[in-house]
Amino acid sequence: MKSKLTLRQYLILLTVAVCAPLGDTCLSRGMTQMPAISAAHPATLIAAVFTPWVASGIALLITFFACYLTALSWADLTFVLPATAFGNVIVALLARFWLQEPISLERWAGIVLITVGVGFVAQGPSMTERPERDAPAESLAVEDGQREAAPACLPGQERAR
Amino acid sequence: MTVPYPQTHVPGFWAGVAMIAAVVLCSTAGEVLTAAAMKSIGDLDGIRARSGLGGAVRAVVTCPLFFCGVGFLALAFFSLLFALNHLNLSLVAPSAASLTLVTNAIAGKIFLKENVDKRRWTAAVLVCIGVYLLAH
Repeated sequence: MKSKLTLRQYLILLTVAVCAPLGDTCLSRGMTQMPAISAAHPATLIAAVFTPWVASGIALLITFFACYLTALSWADLTFVLPATAFGNVIVALLARFWLQEPISLERWAGIVLITVGVGFVAQGPSMTERPERDAPAESLAVEDGQREAAPACLPGQERAR
Repeated sequence: MTVPYPQTHVPGFWAGVAMIAAVVLCSTAGEVLTAAAMKSIGDLDGIRARSGLGGAVRAVVTCPLFFCGVGFLALAFFSLLFALNHLNLSLVAPSAASLTLVTNAIAGKIFLKENVDKRRWTAAVLVCIGVYLLAH
């Protein structure tokens, strides 16, 4: 029932996948350009937020987070996380074919494993069925005037929709 | 051109483990709490279709559980910044990303009661090893 995602939902997963590694890369670049930060002076971390690379990283991560929240509202956490790990593969392929960076055999093995893992999880259902969670959806359908089209389902019954 | 500062202090083994563990634990707690919040809110696409973008934003920001999750994710973020300042990205990124996948699968099964079947365990382990190989 919940296994088929729409094109829009796949695009949201793709945005999550791409923005997260790109944001992390920007953060990394920004933080390596900062002097060593001591645990005794945590306020220095706040100042780091306003440097260009860290700020760009944060902008990308905000985009990631908005899409991530949307994805979590219609899919399980244990579906979203492996599915969006494909972003690591996209970044590696961009580095190889756009930036002409060499990719070792070890990294190609990583790409293959992630692709197979994403394929595994994408074949399964995206959401664990919960009768108590689905109940409000039925009542919403009733509010929309679809009482006849949406009969109340008891737990354990096979659902029509 | 900005020249990177040299790393003047290399943390010990256990300090490095503690930094990565802090990132992983805070991240897992944040993601589980956020996922629980979003499940309690319901399909955001549906809410947006009925009440518009404002309604969807209101549904999220009026959920206390969401702010608990964001609090932990913020802790994870600053732990990550702290770790990146002391350790190499090639160590922090693969280890934190890989471990977080596994801890999230365990936490998802225990706390969110998600159906983590063989397919999802296999995917989590394959992606975990893949991320490690790719980023190491």
